[in-house]
Formats: sequence, structure tokens, C-alpha cells
Amino acid sequence: MSKWEMETIRKGFADALVELGHETEDVVVLDADLAQSTLTKFFAKEFPDRFYDMGIAEQGMAATAAGMALMGRRPFLTSYAMFAAGRAWEIIRQQISYGAADVVVVGAHAGVTTGQDGPTHQCAEDLALMRSLPDMTVLVPCDYWEGYKAIKHVGKNRGAVYFRMGREKFPLVTTKDSPWELGKANRLADGTDGTVIACGMAVHMALEAREILEKEDGRKPRILNMHTIKPLDTRAVLDAARETGCIVTAEEHSVIGGLGSAVAETVVQSDRPVPMRFIGLQDRYLESGPGFEMLQKAGITTESIVESLRELYKKQN
Amino acid sequence: MQQKPSLEEVREIARRIRRDVLIQTYYAKSGHPGGPLSAADYSAVLWFRHLRMDPQRPDWPERDRYVLSNGHCSALLYSLLARKGMLPLSELLTFRRTGSRLQGHPNRKKVPGIEVSTGSLGQGLPVAHGMALAARQQKLSEVRVFANLGDGELQEGIMWEAIMAAGHYKTENLIAMVDFNDAQIDGRVEDVMGIEPLADKFAAFRWRVLETDGHDYDAIESAFMKAQTPEGKPTVILFRTKMMHGTPSFADDPGWHGNPLNHDQMTVALKELGFDADPDETVERYRQNQA
Repeated sequence: MSKWEMETIRKGFADALVELGHETEDVVVLDADLAQSTLTKFFAKEFPDRFYDMGIAEQGMAATAAGMALMGRRPFLTSYAMFAAGRAWEIIRQQISYGAADVVVVGAHAGVTTGQDGPTHQCAEDLALMRSLPDMTVLVPCDYWEGYKAIKHVGKNRGAVYFRMGREKFPLVTTKDSPWELGKANRLADGTDGTVIACGMAVHMALEAREILEKEDGRKPRILNMHTIKPLDTRAVLDAARETGCIVTAEEHSVIGGLGSAVAETVVQSDRPVPMRFIGLQDRYLESGPGFEMLQKAGITTESIVESLRELYKKQN
Repeated sequence: MQQKPSLEEVREIARRIRRDVLIQTYYAKSGHPGGPLSAADYSAVLWFRHLRMDPQRPDWPERDRYVLSNGHCSALLYSLLARKGMLPLSELLTFRRTGSRLQGHPNRKKVPGIEVSTGSLGQGLPVAHGMALAARQQKLSEVRVFANLGDGELQEGIMWEAIMAAGHYKTENLIAMVDFNDAQIDGRVEDVMGIEPLADKFAAFRWRVLETDGHDYDAIESAFMKAQTPEGKPTVILFRTKMMHGTPSFADDPGWHGNPLNHDQMTVALKELGFDADPDETVERYRQNQA
């Protein structure tokens, strides 16, 4: 980890939100007593008349945000992913997805790196929950800059969006000038020895895995940063399958229903499916402990990616 | 703006609304007639005397918003829209059928004039509150948001999140109406999961509470007049009503929450509402947009 510069995605989210506040009157923000954690406190300070603390009441907050959207506002609602995407899921389904209200749902402290709060707050199911909703855009930035760019983009556009961010400082994989286009995978490294499709915290692991494989095995896997889980860049996925022969997905989420599932749904329905491996939380709960130890415990690591690719290479021979 | 009809004229509109509701659910062999009939009187007074809207311009930004939080009473909403000239009467015969705009529970994308997609209970009020907060923030000072709530619906926890929030934010442009018919699917509200003392509960959550007979036109009118005088807090009107009011043979029976009348029952109900035509002829009149 040491070689990476680190910053939270929350900061990128908060910086972009304040800029949006200056750029458009439409943006309003709702939080559920977590403005200190989600960092909506910066927006609240700058625009007190466009910030609503709804108290510890995520379901009511989701419906209230929908009502504001129906009046033409562009609401962002924030809470921990577990409570935004989890507790409020049915309201999001009825009022934001089916009810077509242009709300941006922000799930903070997502994934297992929420760490010491334990399994009650570690959310590894949000992508599955949000991805199953029609017309829902699902975004998983990998670092500060992707978070910043994604928020700037969705704040100036319409539609229902789920935006996921973790608590910890994430490695800065991209820069201010890196391209970010909604629904378009970023190819971070070329290669034909399999592909790693990663999102969020796992993107830097994919890059590290490639370094190891190149150095130790002389292999060059392709690396795709899939910051948009939905709509999925199926072209990039199918190209990866056809051109590189096997795929490993890596995400800080359950292996059920997240990025891995989305990629697999595309791959297995193609004319030439390829072998795959899923890196993620293996259908279980973890425990309290520092975030990065939880990644180890879940097996969401650079080493797991390396081993999965090696296993797939063996099968190809 | 149309000329405001008198209370007597509204009473006649409500009589037709009751028939609209019964014919929709009868013809669809599906749907919820009970609630719409308990809410018909005060809903007609609201829609035809107080709600600021323009049937020609359903998207007029400064209109009042009407949210049917208890979305299973969709037949009432479709009838109100039809009686405002925003839906052809013949379309009521498509209620709940494949291909129809008239979904079992209202979908705001299907019909102009439907503000919110409701049906999952408890959500209309918090959405309405969001609309009211946004209107205030947007300085749309004329805009009021009216939300119709079922009494059983107040058993939903999310309702109380919204009631607490509206009290906290002093959202005075939010006016809720409770169709207090004391009937839900499993029986009397008081037996299933009591919500009384409801007036005290709302008051404790910092609301202005008005309570009135929901079938007495002068009382209804007076309650709406009071409710529209802002008082620095949200307002709820508890309308004491009877399920299936207007059809004495079926009135005040929770069994009619979600069951349509059959042909024989329909014959009785139409007579009790003061209509001469039998069910088949009535359907034909709707088909001809003559009802």
C-alpha cells in the first residue's frame, strides 16, 4: 500500500457537492444525522437553506427526497450504505426507481472497510440491491477523483443514481485529468493474459496484481476499472472475454449480486463464455476490526487476484 | 380557473364519483371500493372548491399538489381526474386491465395529474412533505400539498418519521387528511392495531389538528377553510367517515375494503345512490362517456 497516495472518496464527494451548490440552485442535500461522517457538513455550512437533516430516519428521508425531486430539485440523500441502500430499499424502489424521482442516493461507509463498526455496518449487499432496480445508475468510484467527477456529472444530470463510497482513505489510482465517462470502463492496463475487472477499493489491487504477474510470470493481464456497474460497459466485458480468454472480478462486495454477477451475466450469455473467478466477500459476515484487516479476512487482496489468475492460466494450458 | 361549484353541486359530483368507483371495481372484478366511498365527500369538496389546479395544464408549476398516500384508493383518484375532465369517463372501464393507464395503484408516469406513484403504504405522506419543503425552498408560496391518508396506513412506521419531520420543520404548506373510517383488511383499525388517540398523537408531534364529520358538507368546507389559514405548523384533518358511505346496504363493513360488488350487489348499490340504470346499462353509458 505504501507507494500509493491516499485520500477518501468522501472528500471528493464533499468537494464536488459544494461546487455543485455554487453552480446550480437545484441541488439539495438530505442527511440522516451523519453529516459529520458523510461530510455533507461542508455543503450544509455553505448552503444551510438547501440542507435538511432528517434525523435518524432513512426511510422517511428517501421518500422526502423523492418529493423534492418531483418538484424539480436534484436531491442527494446520504447515509451509510447499509441504511441508505439497505433500510430504505423499498422506498427507493417505489418512489425513486418505479416512481421515477431523480434522486442521487449516496451510500457512505460501504463495503467491509467500515471495519471496526462490525457486520451491522459493513455493507456488502448494496450493489446487489441497487442493481436490481430498473433505471437505476450504479456508480462505484475507486478514489477521490472518480468520486469527485461522478458527483459533478450526476449533479448536473437527471435520473436515479446510486453512488457508493467507503470510509477509509483509498489509493489515488486516477488523477484530475484521467477520463471519466458514465458507463464506460477505463482500461488501466493493456494485455491479453486474462482480464481483471475491478471497482472501488479493488482497482489498485488489480494494478498491483498485474505488476506481480508481469514480474514473476511474464504475464500481462488487462485491467479494467469498472466504475459504472450499471449501465455496464458490456462491450468492454465482451472484448475482454474474446481477446484475453479469462476474467477475474474484484470488488469490496458480496460475490452475490455485485460487479462479478453483472460481468458474469454478460459473459455467460455471449457466444463464447470464458472461465471466471470472483474476488469478494464469500457469502458470510465478518467481524469488528480495522478495515484493511477485514479486506484480508474477506480475501479481497492483491494476492487473491494473482492466485485466481494463475489458476485460470493453468486451466488454459 | 373554472367557476367554483356550490356545496350542493359538489354533493352531486360526489354521488357520481361513488358510482365511478363502483363501476370501475365492478367491471374490473378487482380493486378497492370501500375507502374511495368513505373519502368521496371531502375529496370532492377539496378537488372542486379548494385545490388550485388547471385541468388544461396538469404540469402548471404553481398548482397545489394532491398525493393519494393510500394508493389502493386509486379508483377515487381516477374518478376525480375524470370528473375534472382529465380522463375520459370511458377510460374508467379499463381500470386494472392489461394495457390500461389506470394501474391498480396510481403510476404518475401514466396519467398527467397523478403526482406521485403510491400503493406501498406510508410513503405518500413523506413524499408530500418533501414536495412541501421544496416548494417552500423554491419560494412557491402559493403551493400547498394535500395528502390523503388511510387510517390503517398510520400503522406504518415511516408515517411517523414524516409526521415528526413535518412538525420539526414547521411545514405549514402541508395539509394531511385522514380518512378515518376505522376499517382495514383484517377488521376494525382499533382491533387490528389501534391508532387512537390520533388527534393527541398528531398534536404531540407538533401538528395543528382539525377533526370533523367527513360526510357533513358544511363541516368539511369549514375544516378546509381553517386548514388553509397558515399557522406555522402542518395541519391534519381527521375526517370521521364510514366505509362504503352512500350505499347503506354495504356501509361501515370492513369487508368492502378490497372486494368489488357483484352484479346483484351493484344493482342494489346503484339504486341506493339514486341512479335508475342497472349495472349493464350503466357500463354502456360509461362506454359512451355519458355518465
